[in-house]
Amino acid sequence: MRSEQDIAIQITNLKKMYRLGTIGGGTLQGDIQSWWARVRGKEDPNSKIGSKAYKKNESFMALDGIDLTVYKGERLGIIGHNGAGKSTLLKLLSRVTGPTEGEIKIDGRISSMLEVGTGFNGELTGRENIYLNGAILGMTKAEIDRKIDQIIDFSEVRQFIDTPVKRYSSGMYVKLAFAVASHLDSEILIMDEVLAVGDMAFQKKCLDKMSQVSQDEGRTILYVSHNMNTIRQLCDRCIVMDHGKIIYNGEVEEAIEIYLGLIEISKQIIDLTHTQRTKRCSEGIKLQSIELASHDKWQFAVGEKIQFKLTLKSTKALQNIGFRMRVSCADNTSVSMLLAPKLITCEENQQLSVALEADISQLAPGKYYLTPSLYETTDVGTQDFYDHMNNAVIIEILATENFNENMEWESRWWGNIMLPPLKKVD
Amino acid sequence: MEKQWTAVIKPKKKLLDLNLKETFKYRDLIWLFVVRNIKTRYKQTVLGPLWFVIQPLMSSVIHTLVFGTIAGLSTDGVPQFLFYLIGSVTWALFSGCLTGNSNTFVGNAHVFGKVYFPRLTSPISTAITQMFNFVIQFAIYLVMSLIFFLKGEVFQITWVAALLPLLVIQLSLLGTGLGIIISSLTTKYRDLQVLVGFGVQLFMYVSPVVYSANELLGRKLYIAFMLNPVSPVIELFRYGWLGAGSTPWMYWGISWVTTVVIFLLGVVMFNRVEKNFMDTV
Repeated sequence: MRSEQDIAIQITNLKKMYRLGTIGGGTLQGDIQSWWARVRGKEDPNSKIGSKAYKKNESFMALDGIDLTVYKGERLGIIGHNGAGKSTLLKLLSRVTGPTEGEIKIDGRISSMLEVGTGFNGELTGRENIYLNGAILGMTKAEIDRKIDQIIDFSEVRQFIDTPVKRYSSGMYVKLAFAVASHLDSEILIMDEVLAVGDMAFQKKCLDKMSQVSQDEGRTILYVSHNMNTIRQLCDRCIVMDHGKIIYNGEVEEAIEIYLGLIEISKQIIDLTHTQRTKRCSEGIKLQSIELASHDKWQFAVGEKIQFKLTLKSTKALQNIGFRMRVSCADNTSVSMLLAPKLITCEENQQLSVALEADISQLAPGKYYLTPSLYETTDVGTQDFYDHMNNAVIIEILATENFNENMEWESRWWGNIMLPPLKKVD
Repeated sequence: MEKQWTAVIKPKKKLLDLNLKETFKYRDLIWLFVVRNIKTRYKQTVLGPLWFVIQPLMSSVIHTLVFGTIAGLSTDGVPQFLFYLIGSVTWALFSGCLTGNSNTFVGNAHVFGKVYFPRLTSPISTAITQMFNFVIQFAIYLVMSLIFFLKGEVFQITWVAALLPLLVIQLSLLGTGLGIIISSLTTKYRDLQVLVGFGVQLFMYVSPVVYSANELLGRKLYIAFMLNPVSPVIELFRYGWLGAGSTPWMYWGISWVTTVVIFLLGVVMFNRVEKNFMDTV
């Protein structure tokens, strides 16, 4: 049993409340009015009529009672959906903002990398920025003097180290920034998806470096990511957060499974009129809805084909608009693409619907995201988008009885596509 | 055995919890901020650091022209150019500290929002940068006064000149205090950001930068004018280095009281805002 002395971070009943909507009256006058009304015990002239419980109704608990103990040398992964409270937790830990309630006790120096290159100044050279950034992250000048050569070597930008960083490519910038951050001496490192940058080789280098400092020097690492693969590589324990609470704390694989289980399958009719578009798209034609025709839920048995209907609305007369849907797994790696090139031709201001069949029988059991888009190809092989919505449809493929001889199809090892079985030939 | 924690984070309740010890640990950062401020100020300009010299000289030339020649304001019998130069140099220290710090929170939101370090390092380094600027500009003043002396112009340096360090510290504290009060308030009320720009301009005209306080002597307005904490400081500067004007000791005392009050108020407000400002900025 580990004793209290081995604790690096102890969090008790941590809460963080945010007020929703605009903050304060926005002007000095408004705030003074509200304050004066409160002093006299009258109703706030700036609050909405009848909303006496102003504080309760308009607040939002980003963190709602977190209890967590992290031991020294642990590499803890934190996963959860957007808005689950991961980043808020990291912000409180790195003291960027304060808690509303509760307490965090920390043993050891903490350094947080919520972003790489914080405080970099474009006018200063790479070398000068190493000193500035290092000092912001808590190093003393003497420490940086000692490590400057290691840092420059790690960053792979020695050639440009005396050039102002505004002339750097974004990749070089990030490499330099990460090099500084990874040479911190602090006992606790907090990272928020900083590794999602740089080229593949550099990413691997960063992960290796992180594992190495944690194992060799016994440092504690807290790591937030949406990329399940890096969580698997780096972490030895994982928590899952949802709506400001910790819903699971333990094994990494188990945590990832729970996290993926939180994804909700789409309903039969998907209304896309208010969905956020995730690419810059030309005006002309937009998807209104996608309606599943063959099933009543986007949940299918393995091997099934599906039929669905698109409803579209045009504002221009267009020809040969293609439709496609990217299929990606829950950890956001692409699996395949469902294509319908040159599908739509329309008049100006027309409402139209198209029925389609998709053969997804080769998809392995699991949950998948579909990203629908409307596009037009040009003669030179480029494409223009008319519509694009990341992960707008969520589907699940269920294993049937006797599927795969009742062995679990673990996509981590088996992949996401089932090719037709091998045939014996004579 | 009770465990020793490096840090305990709680909702802040104490009014004054300055954490000066921690700020001192980050002294290298303060120094690097100062170096950054100075280095980046005139990067990619043709004249570079020469601007340090040109600014006060140019404004003194204009002041001499407008207020000395055209308006014909008295400069207490000392060379007009030196009179205006020492005025602008001291004013630049005060206004530099004020405007430089008035945007601490909003201007640094992208850094403060991502990483923790004692926030006081930022205003401290701004004040040091301004003092550094002052030293250079004051050296220019000394060179100019030597030139005027060799030309045979009449002025005298009195013992009050020895108060220089005290006066410099006072102006820096005052400017920084006002600056951080404004920066603390601008996290919520952006109105003040607009005000600072022309407010400082107007403030200059109610301080004895382009005229002598003696112009007002004997009038009722004089008392109100001298309650402006900057006024006695500039008067003492002039009296010390030019022998012109007056030595309003009583008003200087009041000015120190005002300075200390404003500075402490600024630090308390800064300290209160510091912890949660990222949620409102």
